Amino acid sequence: MQTVKLKATPKEKKSSPAIKHAQEVSGSVAVLEALVAENVETIFGYPGGAIMPIYDALFDYKEQLNHILVRHEQGAIHAAQGFARVSGKVGVVFATSGPGATNLVTGLADAMIDSTPVVCVTGQVFAHLLGTDAFQETDVINITTPVTKWNYQVTDATEIPSVMAKAFYIAKSGRPGPVVIDITKNAQIQKFSYPGYAPCEHIRSYRPKPIVRKEYVEQAAELINSAERPFIIFGQGVILGKAEKEFKQFVEKSGIPAAWTIMGMSAIPTDHPLGVGMLGMHGNYGPNVLTNECDVLIAIGMRFDDRVTGRLDKYAKQAKVIHLDIDPAEIDKNVKATVPVWGDCKETLPLLTELIQQKVYPQWINRFHEFRQKEEDKVIKDEMNPKGDVLTMGEVIRDLNELTAGNAIVVTDVGQHQMVACRYSKMNISKSNITSGGLGTMGYALPAAIGAAYGDPTRTTVAIIGDGGFQMTLQELGTIMQFKPNVKILILNNNFLGMVRQWQQLFHQNRYSFVDITSPDFVQVAKGFGIPGSSVNKREDLKKALKTMLETDGSYLLEVMVGKENNVFPMVPQGRGVAEIVLSADEV
Amino acid sequence: MQKQEYTITVYTENQIGLLNRIAIIFSRRKINIESLNTSPSEVDSVHRFTIVINETEDVVRKLCRQIEKQVEVLKAYFNTQEEIVWQELALYKVPTDIIAEEVKVERLLREHGAKAVVIRKDYTVFEVAGHREETDNLIKVLEPYGLIEFVRSGRVAIIKDSAGFHERLKEFETHQPGENTIENEFLSENEKVFSM
Repeated sequence: MQTVKLKATPKEKKSSPAIKHAQEVSGSVAVLEALVAENVETIFGYPGGAIMPIYDALFDYKEQLNHILVRHEQGAIHAAQGFARVSGKVGVVFATSGPGATNLVTGLADAMIDSTPVVCVTGQVFAHLLGTDAFQETDVINITTPVTKWNYQVTDATEIPSVMAKAFYIAKSGRPGPVVIDITKNAQIQKFSYPGYAPCEHIRSYRPKPIVRKEYVEQAAELINSAERPFIIFGQGVILGKAEKEFKQFVEKSGIPAAWTIMGMSAIPTDHPLGVGMLGMHGNYGPNVLTNECDVLIAIGMRFDDRVTGRLDKYAKQAKVIHLDIDPAEIDKNVKATVPVWGDCKETLPLLTELIQQKVYPQWINRFHEFRQKEEDKVIKDEMNPKGDVLTMGEVIRDLNELTAGNAIVVTDVGQHQMVACRYSKMNISKSNITSGGLGTMGYALPAAIGAAYGDPTRTTVAIIGDGGFQMTLQELGTIMQFKPNVKILILNNNFLGMVRQWQQLFHQNRYSFVDITSPDFVQVAKGFGIPGSSVNKREDLKKALKTMLETDGSYLLEVMVGKENNVFPMVPQGRGVAEIVLSADEV
Repeated sequence: MQKQEYTITVYTENQIGLLNRIAIIFSRRKINIESLNTSPSEVDSVHRFTIVINETEDVVRKLCRQIEKQVEVLKAYFNTQEEIVWQELALYKVPTDIIAEEVKVERLLREHGAKAVVIRKDYTVFEVAGHREETDNLIKVLEPYGLIEFVRSGRVAIIKDSAGFHERLKEFETHQPGENTIENEFLSENEKVFSM
C-alpha cells in the first residue's frame, strides 16, 4: 500500500479542493483522481440519477477535467471513439444506469470490432437494490459482456483505484478495446482511506502481446526474399501499434506493393509510390484482383474481414500467407497462415525489415498500374470529372482534397459516401481516416467528429455524412452549439439510403423498398443550432462553398446535392471472389 | 473434418461474470455445450472449467483461442477422448422395498459398481461414477424396478499428459512470462496436449 498521495499526475494540475485536507475520499473522487492520473483531459458524458455522486465530485474538477455534455449517450461513446482514434489515447465516457448505459451498447460494439480503446464509467443503482428491478436498473454487465474487452461492477469504493487502473491498462494494451466499469451509487458515495493511484502494469491472466518468435520472423523473411509477386495488405494494427515508421521502412526496403483495408488507411500517405490502394468490396480494382495472383501475401495488423476477402474459398488460394497480428485468435481465423508472426508489429516489423533483401518489382507493380488505368478509364474518370450536370460524390472529395491538401481528419459515416470518401480521399497523416469499419454504424460520423476535433484541435476535422446517417445522430449539433468544437459537416445528400438502394437496384431487381428518405432542410436545422451553413447543387458553386466551409471560423454545415441514383464501383458482389470484382452495373 | 467429442479445460481467475463470458463464446456461434463443470482447482484462487462439446478440431481450436483471449482466463486446452481420463458422477433414487425384496437388483447394483449413499425406509440413493454409457446403462437396468429420480454431474477430466498448473501459474505471475506459458501450437505439435 502506498501512503496517501493524491496528486499522482505528472502534469502540473491544480489539486482538487474536495480532497485537499482529507485522506478520506469518496468513491466518486477516486474515479476522478484515476482519470487525472491517467492524463485524461476530456470526458464525454451525460448525467443521471445513478451517477450523480460522480457528477457532483466533477463539479470540483472543472480545472483538470473537461466534460463535454453530449445530447445522447450514443453520441458520448462515438465521440470518445473519435477522440481515441485521432489522439491514440483512451476515450472516456460517463453515463448513468439503465437507459444511459444501454444507449452505449452500439458504440461499445463498434469499439469492440474496430479495436478502439474506450473506458466507460456507468452509474448503477445502490448495491442493495441490484436485482430488484429498481428504477433505471439494468443488468449492464451482462448486456455489455459480448461487446466489451473487459467489464466489471464495483460495489465497494475501496476497489475503485485498482479497478480504474486495470480498466485503462486493458483498454489500451495489446489489441485495444472498450471497457465498462459499472459503479453502484453506494460505492460512489462511500468514503474510504485513499491509497493513491498506481497504474496497472500486469495482470497475470492477461497477455497483451504474444512473445515474438524469431524462427517465424526468419521463415517469413525467407518467404519474402524468395517471392516473385509478393503483396502487402495492411490494417489498423499498424496505426494502433504506432508502427507507421517501422511499416514504412519495411515497405520501402522490400519494394513490395501495399494495399490498405479501410481501417488501415492513412498508416502510410495515400500517395506513397508503393501504396496501390484500398482492398475490399468497394476497394480498388488492382489490389482485389491481384490478391489472387500474388505468390506471397503479407497481412499486417488486419483480420481478413469478409468485406475484404469476399468468398473465402476463392481468396488468395495460390498464395503463401504471412500473417502478422498481435491477437493470436486472429491467426487462422478466416485465412490459414503459412507463417504466423505473432506479436506487436512495432516489434516484429523491424526484425523482418532487418532480414529482408532490398528489392524492386517493376513488372509486378506494373500489373497494379495496368489495373489502375482500367479503373481510371471505366470508373474514376466519370466519378471525378463527370460529363453530366449532376454532381457526383467523387468530385466533392476531389475538391476537398485540393483544399485541405490531404491534411484534414476525415470522419465518415456509413454508406455510399463512406466508400467514395475512402476511395478518393488524399491523406498525408496517420490517423486521418475515422470511420465505422467493422460494425458499419450509421450515425457514427457526427459524434465521432466531435471527439476527433478534441483529439487533435490543431487539424481540420471534416465529417462527411450521408442524408440518412446524419438524421440518426443530428442531435449532437446541440453539443457543437454549446461546446464549439471545430467540426466541418459535409452532407452528401442523394435523397436516398444510397447503399441499400444500390443493392436493391443490382441484386433485388430495382425494388426500391423503403430507401426513399425525406430530409429536413439541413441548413435550417443547423441554423437552429446556431451553426452557419449552405447548400449547393451546381458544379460552379461547389468549390467556393467547400472553401467557405473550411475557412469559416468554427463549425459549418455544407449540404451538397449529389446524383440520386449514382452507384459506387468497383464492387465485389456478395458471395463472389475478389477477382470477380465488377466495374459497372452491366457486369453484375 | 469430422465432428467429435472434445473436452475443453479452462483455467481462470475466480471472477463473477466469467462463466457468462465463456458461455457466450459458444452460444454466439450456436454451439451446444454437452456438459459443463466448474470448480476451484488444486491451485488457490484458480478455477477450472471442464466443457464438453461436439465439434471439429478446427472449430474447437478457434473456440479455445477466443476463450484464452478473455482477460481473466489463464489458459485453455482442448483434448480428444483418448487424451483424457474422465468421469461423471450419477445418483439414482430407487424404492427401498423393491431393492430389499429383489435379490436380482442387489446383484445388478453390485455389477455396476453402485454404492449406497443414503438408505431410508422409503427410498435408497445409489451413486455410480463412470463414463456416460455406464451411467446410462444403469438407468435402463433400474427403470423396471421403479427408478424414482436420476441426476448426473458434469464431466470432470484429467489430461493424461499434463504436469498440472502450479508451475505454469508462477510463470503467469511474472511480468515476462516464459515461452512455456506463451507457447503456441506450431511449436508444440509433437505434444499431445494442445496449448497456445
